Amino acid sequence: MSGRVLVGVKRVIDYAVKIRVKPDHSGVVTEGVKHSMNPFCEIAVEEAVKMKEKKLIKEVVAVSCGPQQVQETIRTALAMGADRGIHVEVSAKEYESLGPLQVSKILAALAKKEEAQLIILGKQAIDGDCNQTGQMTAALLDWPQGTFASEVTLEGGHVKVVREIDGGLETIKINTPAVLTADLRLNTPRYATLPNIMKAKKKKIANVKPADLGVELASKLQVLRVDAPPQREAGVKVESVADLVAKLKEAGTI
Amino acid sequence: MSLNRIINSKSFDIGKSLLAFNLRYNGKFVPHPPQYRCFRTQARSLAYAKDLFLGQINKAEVFPYPEIGNEELEELNQFVAPVEKFFNENVDSKKIDEDAKIPAETLDGLKELGLFGMQVPEEYGGLGLSNTMYARLGEITALDGSIAVTLAAHQAIGLKGILIAGTEAQKEKYLPKLASGEHVAAFCLTEPGSGSDAASVTTRATLSEDGTHYLLNGSKMWISNGGFADIMTVFAKTEVVDQEGVKKDKMTAFLVERAFGGITSGLPEDKMGIRGSNTCEVVYDNVPVPLENVIGEVGGGFKVAMNILNSGRFSMGSSGAGMMKKLIEMTAEYATTRKQFNKKLSEFGMIQEKFALMATNAFVMESMAYLTAGMMDRPGVPDCSLEAAIVKVFSSEGSWICVSEALQVLGGLGFTKNYAYERYLRDCRILLIFEGTNEILRMYIALTGMQYAGKILTGKIKEMKRGNLGMAVGMMGQKLRSSFGGTKDYGLTGKDGLVHPSLADSALKLEQNVYLFGSAVESVLYRYGKSIVDEQLVLKRVADVIINLFAMTAVLSRASRSISIGLRNHDHEVLLANTFCAEAFFKNNYMMTQLQKHAPENNDASIKKIAEQILEKRAYVCAHPLDRTF
Repeated sequence: MSGRVLVGVKRVIDYAVKIRVKPDHSGVVTEGVKHSMNPFCEIAVEEAVKMKEKKLIKEVVAVSCGPQQVQETIRTALAMGADRGIHVEVSAKEYESLGPLQVSKILAALAKKEEAQLIILGKQAIDGDCNQTGQMTAALLDWPQGTFASEVTLEGGHVKVVREIDGGLETIKINTPAVLTADLRLNTPRYATLPNIMKAKKKKIANVKPADLGVELASKLQVLRVDAPPQREAGVKVESVADLVAKLKEAGTI
Repeated sequence: MSLNRIINSKSFDIGKSLLAFNLRYNGKFVPHPPQYRCFRTQARSLAYAKDLFLGQINKAEVFPYPEIGNEELEELNQFVAPVEKFFNENVDSKKIDEDAKIPAETLDGLKELGLFGMQVPEEYGGLGLSNTMYARLGEITALDGSIAVTLAAHQAIGLKGILIAGTEAQKEKYLPKLASGEHVAAFCLTEPGSGSDAASVTTRATLSEDGTHYLLNGSKMWISNGGFADIMTVFAKTEVVDQEGVKKDKMTAFLVERAFGGITSGLPEDKMGIRGSNTCEVVYDNVPVPLENVIGEVGGGFKVAMNILNSGRFSMGSSGAGMMKKLIEMTAEYATTRKQFNKKLSEFGMIQEKFALMATNAFVMESMAYLTAGMMDRPGVPDCSLEAAIVKVFSSEGSWICVSEALQVLGGLGFTKNYAYERYLRDCRILLIFEGTNEILRMYIALTGMQYAGKILTGKIKEMKRGNLGMAVGMMGQKLRSSFGGTKDYGLTGKDGLVHPSLADSALKLEQNVYLFGSAVESVLYRYGKSIVDEQLVLKRVADVIINLFAMTAVLSRASRSISIGLRNHDHEVLLANTFCAEAFFKNNYMMTQLQKHAPENNDASIKKIAEQILEKRAYVCAHPLDRTF
């Protein structure tokens, strides 16, 4: 086995920022807004780096798709312990329509090219909330998938994954190569310390174009309109249970 | 005048290319192709503020506004992210203030992040940041006053002596552990009897019988990190024999390890603000200090102390600005939601004025801090002590006033411990006191400048006396022009002007002020001569004017750059710059009027008399208004 793990990282609007919709309702305001690595991607990077520290794998490669700015995010992954980065160049215009299907095609192509043993992704991105990229990538590669992982153990040619599902926890055993997606409780990501950021400057980030990987970026989806969620209305106080039942009947809910 | 322009524009070009370098702290710079080498044999003595005292504007020093390379900027932004994250998630400022202690985990986190060795060169295990980058990170550490002061006491002054005056051996021995935070440093100068008057320290270091080490005896007060510092820079008097064989007591700087023995730290002081920062007395009882632990020369301690303090001062500007920016956000959130009289607070004029004040102050503080840091980051050993002192005075007072105004917006809520305002206010108060009280710094600013101007002017007068007609005519012409309210064209505005046209009005105001200032300084020097040293109220006004002049320069330089490169919201910057300059212009004119001989606007004589009468009786002197005489 190559001992190489591919980690996908996405640059998203920082979780603490108050999101504002653009006046033309075509999307949200991103200019001048603070961006950072998707929290679930941070957890994915942390898991990969931990595996390397335990000597279970040999190399961690951080990948991101997008325009020039995503290099910041790759650098953060490098500062957390990834060995090298791959920047898949997508122009700003194409990036607007880049979705899980396109990204998973790119990741699948890269995984084959890099002979990856594992692909670790965040379960979803906090801007799209699609929760599809990991699953699509596994399907394109015809690899097993361990999604919503809250515990991962590498054993020889298998991975034992404890998954968080609606009913509780499910433990599965899958063969490598495989795709894993990280859930919240998998680990606590480390801070990229300033000395490590400086060391990361020496690590390499390779530039790749989607065309080089044989991937078409055209999307069949089109965003028609983006709206802010409706303002929360004030509630109504009722005096007795009978009143409550009457009001509910009025609203047609019972 | 045109000759002046040619020279200035040439140095402008050289200055511009020098400024585009990627720089690192300890004077070594990373070559950035194409490289322009400056064939000078000695370091340029940067005199921007000093030359203002002569009515001269050294445009090349401050235009264009300093820039850092793209690579450096990217790296800096990378640094900012984890530090901000740490402060938002792992720092409980309220608890630190209540417990008067920074938790060990928080300190460990700061050490791991690398924040204990920001300016230590990379080869000794530090980050090797330039002054500009250090100032930028200072904006974030300022979010918690106690942490900011703990870090500053450790590296901006505690270990700075080793960086600027230490030997290779001292650096190799001490810096690595200091950079990682394994050892913490402290700066020990102040004593119970010797605060502002630093040269009067009584701690003594006597050479041992066998001449192999010094014995240190004495006590120091108000030492930040004094309770747990492992390495201290201690200033003590040593007996020095000068060239004529006369024995004198001169101050020497020593690198003292707690491990040497004989050092006891007192209990932490119970302070009004920065309560998480450890401040205490440190007593030295026959502490043996090896000869090789002297920093710099024996007897050269005062200079070392001044250089250390001068080098760290400018960062107060960026710390203040960082804090103000956060406060503006917090306060605006409140002012735009709270309603009274059926209107949002943000619609009332007096509230709007407060926000304008906060924004303007933050803008000036930032502009001044990064201008000074940029000047200090130039190759050579630039002397920006005057500019750094100006930044400190403006930023400390600006922060104090603005935090108070922010608290006022919240009214009663601002006064409670449920919100951070009262803590920020308490933390800010120390800014006017430590690192050189603002009174001392005003004296320093005014006297350094006047001394410089005096020297040049006496030189000119000597030339005149020698029969240099050209000089005499020149000076007479100047005097005539200034008495008729004339002004000089400094080249800031107009066709080849360095300032953008939308700032032309403000630039003209600056030019007018500077011209008037030059003649005001001249007449003050002429009137008082050497006794000017004792005229504090006169010097205070001189200092206040030059502080405003430097501030005006900084905002004009910064705003011009923002427009030229098209930064986001540059119109707002123009607005801030013009508003500040307009106000400062009138304040300067008023102060300079007060400086004129027998000016009716000047109340100094009465003020002194009042003070005399009160201090004589050591109490309020008036009879009670209800008293009767019959």
